[in-house]
This record gives sequence, C-alpha cells and structure tokens, in this order.
Amino acid sequence: MSDGGVNKTRRRLIFATAGMGGVGGAFVAVPFIKSWNPSEKAKAAGAPVKQDISKVEPGQMVTLAWRGKPVYVVHRTSETLEQLPSIDDRLKDPESENLDQQPEYARNEQRSRRSDYLVIEGVCTHLGCAPKFHPEVKPEPFDPEWKGGFYCPCHGSRFDLAGRVFSGSPASDNLKVPPHSYEDGNVLIVGVDEETA
Amino acid sequence: MQKKNALMAWIDDRLPVTVTYEKHMSKYYAPKNLNFWYFFGVFSFLMLANQILTGVWLTMSYNPTAEGAFASVEYIMRDVEWGWLIRYLHSTGASFFFIAVYMHMFRGLLYGSYQKPRELIWIFGMLIYLMLMAEAFMGYVLPWGQMSYWGAQVIISLFGAIPVIGDDLVTWIRGDYLISGITLNRFFALHVIALPLVIVALVVLHILALHEVGSNNPDGVDIKKHKDEKGRPLDGIPFHPFYTVHDIMGVVVFLAVFCFVVFFWPEGGGFFLEHANFEEANGLKTPEHIAPVWYFGAFYTILRAIPNKLGGVVAMGAAIAILFVLPWLDRSPVKSWRYKGWITKVSIVVFAIAFVILTWLGTQPATATYTLIGQICSVIYFAFFILMPWYTRFEKTKPVPERVTV
Amino acid sequence: MKQLRMFLLALIPSLGMAAGGNVHLDDMKPDMRDKASLQRGAKNFFNYCMGCHSLKFGRYNRVARDLEIPEDLMINNLIFADKKAGALMSIGMKPEDAKVWFGAAPPDLTLVSRVRGEDWLYTYLRSFYEDPKRPLGYNNTVFPNVGMPHVLADLQGRQLFGRGQVPIGIDPLTGQEVTEEREGVLYVAEKGKLTTKEYDGFVYDLVNFLVYMGEPMQVERQSIGLWALLFLALFFVPAYMLNREFWKEIH
Repeated sequence: MSDGGVNKTRRRLIFATAGMGGVGGAFVAVPFIKSWNPSEKAKAAGAPVKQDISKVEPGQMVTLAWRGKPVYVVHRTSETLEQLPSIDDRLKDPESENLDQQPEYARNEQRSRRSDYLVIEGVCTHLGCAPKFHPEVKPEPFDPEWKGGFYCPCHGSRFDLAGRVFSGSPASDNLKVPPHSYEDGNVLIVGVDEETA
Repeated sequence: MQKKNALMAWIDDRLPVTVTYEKHMSKYYAPKNLNFWYFFGVFSFLMLANQILTGVWLTMSYNPTAEGAFASVEYIMRDVEWGWLIRYLHSTGASFFFIAVYMHMFRGLLYGSYQKPRELIWIFGMLIYLMLMAEAFMGYVLPWGQMSYWGAQVIISLFGAIPVIGDDLVTWIRGDYLISGITLNRFFALHVIALPLVIVALVVLHILALHEVGSNNPDGVDIKKHKDEKGRPLDGIPFHPFYTVHDIMGVVVFLAVFCFVVFFWPEGGGFFLEHANFEEANGLKTPEHIAPVWYFGAFYTILRAIPNKLGGVVAMGAAIAILFVLPWLDRSPVKSWRYKGWITKVSIVVFAIAFVILTWLGTQPATATYTLIGQICSVIYFAFFILMPWYTRFEKTKPVPERVTV
Repeated sequence: MKQLRMFLLALIPSLGMAAGGNVHLDDMKPDMRDKASLQRGAKNFFNYCMGCHSLKFGRYNRVARDLEIPEDLMINNLIFADKKAGALMSIGMKPEDAKVWFGAAPPDLTLVSRVRGEDWLYTYLRSFYEDPKRPLGYNNTVFPNVGMPHVLADLQGRQLFGRGQVPIGIDPLTGQEVTEEREGVLYVAEKGKLTTKEYDGFVYDLVNFLVYMGEPMQVERQSIGLWALLFLALFFVPAYMLNREFWKEIH
C-alpha cells in the first residue's frame, strides 16, 4: 500500500484528521467534566448565611451551618483576648503563616475581622471531626494548663480560642477562618468577603 | 522500534492483542463495493456509545422516585452545568439510534444480508432490536411526564390481554395496583444496568458472527470465491485503514445532522420529545391524545388495526416475531434485490412505504380514515413476509456476476 | 363486522376532541433576545400570576442573570416572600387549598410553554369573556369552562362573547379603524386600563417570558450549536481528503 518510503500527503492527512478528532474529543469532554461542578442547587444551598450576633453573650458560642459545615462564632471576652499572645510559644503556627487557613483580613493576633468575635469552621484540620468547645480556663485531662479553646475528641487535637493549633496535636494547621463580613454592625455574613454598608 | 516490538511480543504471549486486531481490523477483508447503506452499522454503534456515556452522566443527577423524577430532569436541564446538553444528547440520541437501526435493517432487507450463511447475524440483530425497544420504552418512563406515565399504562396493559394470567402479570410487572414509583424504580434499574449489559453483549455476538462469515455487499456476491495467491479475497480490502477512514468521514456528516437536531430542534417537532411529557405525570388526568414515541409507531398502528384487545396484541407480537424468521422466508437463489425479480423490487418499495405510513399513523389520533389506512398497511406488512416464500422462489432472477461491481 | 363498527364508533369522541383543539390560534413569535420584553414579562408574571402559579423549577437569581435584571432590584422588587436569591420560585399556596377555591389546583407554569406552545398561550390569555353561568364569572374560547378567572380583566376591560363590533381593517382614506358587527365573536364592551394594542403587548411580553422559562438556555444552545456545526464542517475537510487519498488506489 505505501510505496516503500513514507507517503507524505497521507501522513499529513492522518495527522490533520487525528488532530481534529482529538480537538473534537476535548470539546466533547468539556460538558461532561463541567457537569461535576457545584450545581445551582448546591450554590443556592451554599449561599452566604446571615446571623444577628448581638444576642451572643461574652464567653458564649453559637454554631451556624454554612455549605454544610459547622461555623463556630465565639464572643470572646477581653481577658481571653489579652491572654492569647501568652501561649504563642506552645503553638505550631502562632503568626498564621499558613495563608490558606484564613483570609488576609483575619491574619492577625485574634484571627478575625472583629477582634471580639471569632468565626471559624468547626472542622478539625486533622481528619475533619468537629472539635468541642472548652471555654473554661482550668486544668483539663488533655491539658493541665488549659486556657480555653477547642479539643477534638477524635484524635486529641487542641486549638486555642483563636483556632490556633497546639504543638503536639495530630492536626498540623490552624482551624480555618471562613470568608465573613458584617452588615449594619451586628449582622454576621458568613461566605462573603467584602464589607457591606 | 525494536523495543516496541519486544513489548508487543511480551503482551501477545499473554493476551492475543495483535491477532485480535488483525482478525477484526487490519486483516478483516470487507468487500470493496460497500455503499452508503453500510454506514448505518457504525452510526448505530456510535449512538450506542453516546447513549451509554450520556446515560451514565444523567444517572448522576437523576432521582428515580415518583416524587422526584420529573423535578430532577428539570434540575438537570437548568441547575446542572451543561446538563441540558447531556440530556438532549441522550433524548435525541434515542431517536437517532432508532433511525440508524431502521436504516441498517432495511439495508439487510435490500441486499439479502440475512441469507445463508448470515442467519445468526440477523437473529442477533433482531434480539438487539427487541432489547432496544424494551430499553427505549423503559427509558421513556423515567422523566415521569404525562406521556411517560400513560404510555407505560398502555404498554403494560397489553400484557393483560394474555389469557388466564394476564391481570396478575400486569400487577407483577407494575409491582403495584397502578403505575407508581415502584414501577419507575424497577424500570430505572433495568434501563441503566440490566438491558444495556444485554445489548452490549448482543452487539459483541452480532459482530463476532459477522466477522466469522464476512460482510455481505450490494451485489450479494461471495468475495471469498476469488482469492489471490496469499489467500486474500480479490474483491476485499482490509477494514483498516480503508473502512476506518471511510467511516470517519461518514460519522462527521452523521454528527452534523445529529448536532443540528440537538442544538436547533431538540423536540423534533414533538416527535423526539413529546409536548405532553413536559407536564408531570398525573394518574387522574389522561392527556387528550396518547401516542407512543415515533419509533414504536408502526407496531402501535398494527395493534390498533385489530378491533380486539387480544387480537391486537397478537398481531403486534407477530409483526415483530415474523422479522426473526426472515432468513427462512426468503427462498430466492440470489441475495441482493439487484438480481431478484420485479415482484421483489416492487414488494420492497411498497413495504417500505407501508412501514413509514404505519409509523406515522402510530403518532396520530385514531380516526376512522386513519384506522382504515392503518389496516390496509398492516395487511401489506404481513403480506410482504407471508408471501415471500412464493414470490422469491418462483420469480425470474437475473444472473449474479462472478465479481463485485463498483 | 359489528365489532369493527362498534370500534369505529368508540373512536368518535377522540375525533371530537381533535376538533376541540382546532380553535384558531393567533401567531406569536417569541424573541429571546428582546431583554426589555422579557423583563416586562417577568414583572407582569410576578405581579399578576405568581399569587397562584409557581415557576418551581426555576430560580430567582437565574432569571435575574439571564434577563439582565440587577440582583438587588430583583430581590427588593420581585421576590415578595422572605427568600434567598438562589431559591426556587415556588409559592405558598397549598394545592389542596387551591383545589377547593378554584376546582383545580393552578398548575406550575415553568414548562407550560413547552406543553401548550406560545400561540396557544398568547391566544388563551386574550380570549377570556364574561360568562355568568361559570362559578367565577368567566369563560374562555380557547379553553372552554376553564377554572381560572380573568385575572387581567381590569387591564383588558370587559370582554364579552356574542354579537359585537370587531375591527376588520384600516380605512385607507381616513386611516381610521373600520369595524363590523359579527356573530360569535369576542369583543371588548367596556374599555380597561389598557387599549387593545397595549393589552396584546402586555400578553406578548408575558408569553415571551414563559417561553424563556420553558427553556432558559435556548439562546446559549443555539449559539453553541453554530460552533459545533462549524467545527464539524472543518473536520469534514481532512476526513474527506484522507478518505479520498486511501481510496484512490481501489478500483
């Protein structure tokens, strides 16, 4: 069939046809791949959550659900905020250097937009359990020098009241701060970065 | 090159890849005079692949319950990214699958592709067609629209015509005292798992049987009678590359027609997606006009042509069953209609026209005139097959050439 | 034979049904690119229809996005209930209650344009007339004895069915509308807030919007289709030449 040597026309046409077929195949793949993205239903369910937090007493915590995940909102007392720097040397990442774990505006000592309110995802960065809130400053079985924070019952990870992980915990990252902002002072919006009027 | 051959040799010692490739592609000799009609096999195969691929993706978002099915289809159409395209590819694909299969079957009829030694190929093909009808019917129930529901009601009721066990059989198929979510759920299981497996297995058998005896051709000449010194048929050419490049070209054209419908005419004028099926199933409200999807039209008309429930069901069953024995009805010494007598030629044309009319009538309301036309066409349908042993045996045929004509 | 005759007789009601569907329908050409019309149609729907009819397969934010309605405007003006922008456009009315009030639950209208067609909807919404014999006082020539009252009566005016003046054309000399008295016609006996032409426009926008709702991706579908066909046309060139190249040696 081929005349001994390489038939150039034939080779060019094979490449052209195969190329077109490849491009066509890639086009066809697009809808199938994209259909796995979150649907409008998922997006609607994952829409920002609003909550009036003026009723949360200092020292208390409320839990919101955002995108199916628990979001802890803690109204921190001034004592709590004051003692945060004192435990820096016991933490893995006291300066929030892992930028994936909080938005830029929460990369501060309090790890929050408004210092008195801590907003974090209640999902342990170890294997995804929900850490438990232990606000009291008292010796705990898992930590005799406990200053208040979160303790994960699954594998014993410990976090302080800014969601920062203690050295010696199986978890390696601080608890994640979701995008959040405030509307009219006291309405917390979880899921939106921009500050609205 | 050396390395590649070594790897291939290693694999071939363990799995007959090269031998299989040669047997079915590069050394499968197909007649060189295959014409336009021979595209429809590969088109059917393409549509099968399309249905499986899009079907798998639809299953990811579909909800097989009476409460959720209809809404989940609209969810796919609106909320899932590109879901509308995947759904239209599937719904249009069903119709195009049948178009391709009908053309493929008609090709077999024209050129006597079912005759000895290809009877088994025809039987496997008919089994594919039968399974495809079951597959399409159950698939049509899944969107849970009015036509899904009432179509299922009518078709399942047909089993009630069977004497003695009919009523119990109908209840057993439904799994309920009416068509319900229970019925829907089992149809879903059959549609997405059981029947596709059976169809794919049958397609494999269909092709294996074909490659055992070789392809027929428009002349109905046996190309194996004349071989060269290496034992290759003189009128045969390797399937690959000749028919692969030929089929690629055909597939591009077919896809253009297919895409035109998918993107610009997905409802197909109410034939591919029926208007009443955009209304959710309601067991208390029958639509004004229940019609099966077009590809069942011919058999539905034959069913309605007999003014008796059992008689209609028997006629419809017979219309399908008679196709199975076609290889034994044709007593002609020649295969292709090119060399058969004028009676066959006229009969095939009249039969084709009658079949198209039957199909169209099936989608129309049964008026007195239409019923009469339907009855006439039904008679033609059966006469074509029942009289075939006589007219094919006694009519004068033309001499078949030794070699294929191009 | 007797059985056959019985069978044919049994078919007569379906004949009558087919005739019932043969009411003359006015032609309506939807235009999915006329965003202004679609926006007006959406507003008309939310104001006049949504008390009873849901669009429960569609979402508010999708309508806002597709019709280029600013989302704030949509949330503040069109979403009456306390709902999220991404919510489905369902309504509070329970089907059981509605059945008692109207005799039949008002259907969801997301897909009504695909069930009925635009011509039917356009004609139907302009064919209500006062009929004291009906429980709610209205009847319809396109959908006889329909359970729905004429919600748009204050816009259209009092439409009656019977012997009345209907417009038959424009006088070429005076430019004025010429009317003629005819039997068995719909005519407006008392003007409403809108003129006949304005009312037709109102209904056009509404039906245009419903056609959009039936298949919100239709514009996108067609524009992608053009690209797909263009690609296949290009693909055909090397495929054809490749085939010719191989087959030229086959005789």
